[in-house]
Amino acid sequence: MGFLIQLRVLLWKDLLSELRGKELISMMAFFGLLVLVIFNFAFEPGSAEAAHLGSGILWVAFTFAGVLGLNRSFLLEKESEGLQGLLLSPVDRGVLYLGKLGGNFLFMLLVEALILPFFALFFNLDLWLLLPQLALVAILSTLGFTAVGTLFAAMSAQAKSRELLLPTLLLPIVVPVIVAAVKSTGQILEGRPLAEVAQWLKLLLAFDLLYLVVSFLIFEYVVEE
Amino acid sequence: MDWAIQVEQLTKSFGHLLALRGIDLRLRRGKFLTIFGPNGAGKTTLIRILSTLLRPTAGRIEILGMDLRDAGEEIRRQIGVLSHQTFLYNNLTPMENLKFYGTLYGLDHLKERIELLLEQVGLEGRRNDPVRTFSRGMQQRLAIARTLLHDPQVVFLDEPYTGLDQHAARMLEGLLGQMRSGQRTILLVTHNLARGLGMGDEVAIQVGGRILYREERGKIDPASFEERYFHCVEEGPAWDS
Amino acid sequence: MNKLSDLVSRISAALASVFTFVALYAIFIVVPPEQKMGIIQKIFYFHVPAAWISFLSFGVVFVASILYLWKQEERYDQLAHASGEIGLVFCTLVLITGPIWGRPVWGVWWTWDSRLTTTLVLWLIYVAYLMVRAYGGNRGPRYGAVLGIVGFLDVPIVYFSIRWWRTIHPPPVTLAPSMVVTLLISLVAFTLLYLCLLLQRVAQERMKDEIDWLKRQER
Repeated sequence: MGFLIQLRVLLWKDLLSELRGKELISMMAFFGLLVLVIFNFAFEPGSAEAAHLGSGILWVAFTFAGVLGLNRSFLLEKESEGLQGLLLSPVDRGVLYLGKLGGNFLFMLLVEALILPFFALFFNLDLWLLLPQLALVAILSTLGFTAVGTLFAAMSAQAKSRELLLPTLLLPIVVPVIVAAVKSTGQILEGRPLAEVAQWLKLLLAFDLLYLVVSFLIFEYVVEE
Repeated sequence: MDWAIQVEQLTKSFGHLLALRGIDLRLRRGKFLTIFGPNGAGKTTLIRILSTLLRPTAGRIEILGMDLRDAGEEIRRQIGVLSHQTFLYNNLTPMENLKFYGTLYGLDHLKERIELLLEQVGLEGRRNDPVRTFSRGMQQRLAIARTLLHDPQVVFLDEPYTGLDQHAARMLEGLLGQMRSGQRTILLVTHNLARGLGMGDEVAIQVGGRILYREERGKIDPASFEERYFHCVEEGPAWDS
Repeated sequence: MNKLSDLVSRISAALASVFTFVALYAIFIVVPPEQKMGIIQKIFYFHVPAAWISFLSFGVVFVASILYLWKQEERYDQLAHASGEIGLVFCTLVLITGPIWGRPVWGVWWTWDSRLTTTLVLWLIYVAYLMVRAYGGNRGPRYGAVLGIVGFLDVPIVYFSIRWWRTIHPPPVTLAPSMVVTLLISLVAFTLLYLCLLLQRVAQERMKDEIDWLKRQER
């Protein structure tokens, strides 16, 4: 059970550090908000198109904010070579991955929760009753997105052109997540029952499980030399 | 008496670049060895391999009698590394940084141990200030506390003086002296002759990925050692033939 | 080993050229044009084998990447690199021949059909693969291997997500026996070509490494 204690303290370190700076979350949320606004200018969607167009706009905002956050997530470790400190400690590399993933997952979910009210406001939507379904989709999609994203962020953090490299690698891989998230969010906004989006949720679950396992196994080769 | 570090025919290549070209090195438990070498001699590469951060290309390595290939995690438990990078988190306080690392190592009586170490490095008054407000010297002192937190048997020091002013460097020297308690083995690598010659049991010279010279510190005289060092650096690996 | 791969490369080159001529003869002289689509359907004999080769080569990237991470031997990396490049070339061919075929059939150059879209996503993944290899510095090969594994596992998920997203099926093609035989010949010709290119490319990479090594020795 030692690894659970390690996992908890890894997560505690990231959360506490972010709580002190608040830099990451505020920038991610603000950027997501900007994307929402810009897309409203680009498409001029009314609330009638919310289900059709809105779900896409919402997930573009989440995706971009997520990429922004992932790009910064290993910077914390880079600033004083903290990653080396972590690698020197007797912690399994898979546990390091899960610790980093936990932080990224929670940050992105929090940012989505901050952006969602603005989405409801801009599209004149009443989302109260749909909140549980939307949360389910958001949790499954965000887990898949950050599961691959954390792996790739560890790679791009050590490359020269890191800000560009991460989206280049990540976006093609997460196409299924984005498709599933946009489609199921759209169907939920149309007021369809959860059973109708079940196939998307299953796809997301499969993606999450596959990449959690693969990244857990591969992470060692990404951070070690 | 047993060996703390045993290295046989260690080579490391990065692609086609040979960083280490057959290092043989043995160090007894409780000894302090300083390896001098210019930039690019492969000193940091050696430390990174011995501390399990880099995989060797070829060669056999034992730390405290454990094979580096099999017992990586157990070895990591027994070693400490202090470099010019502090491995500290700037937004966290000394207490939090040490608590973080201590928990990763699964240490008992962590709180008492942290208090003791902070007192030793003279930071007990700043225990609740974020590290980013610290001077370079203070950060390095905290890094010493981090290195010694889990009471490592073997300590690797990689250019610990870089970026320190005279006063901070002297303080560090004093702390490094205290580090030699019990049977702790210390390996220091540096290019700084003036700093490194003042302590330790043995000195060695590494140039071009090879160790060219090794002698007990008591048997050398600083002036002739300096001459020998520059001779090694200029002549390169051909000198040993 | 070197001699063997050289021999295999020569044999596959010779066989590939023979099979290519046979395939061309079968495609344009022997096999009759498809009833509804006419002459344009002949692109099918290039489109399908090209798709097969791109899947095959990305599969080889996947296996070689796992072996590289596991064994840390350079030759697996060279194999993955070579296969990734060739796969991307054939994937590009699929994306070019697809719209040419689709234009008279669907009436538009591009449609977000599930197979075409999956191929496009695949193409993007392997462009990223070559990019991370090129810009990843000395960790490039290792990062490439990670993407080679993660990317290939993504293929079925991408395919299903796109199929549920858009369900435009291409008109079903019922194949006459002569068409099946022609397609098979074409598949063999493409596979032999792939083998030949792969071995050549690996040999090239090896030579490049040797030259790099010699250059460093001189210094």
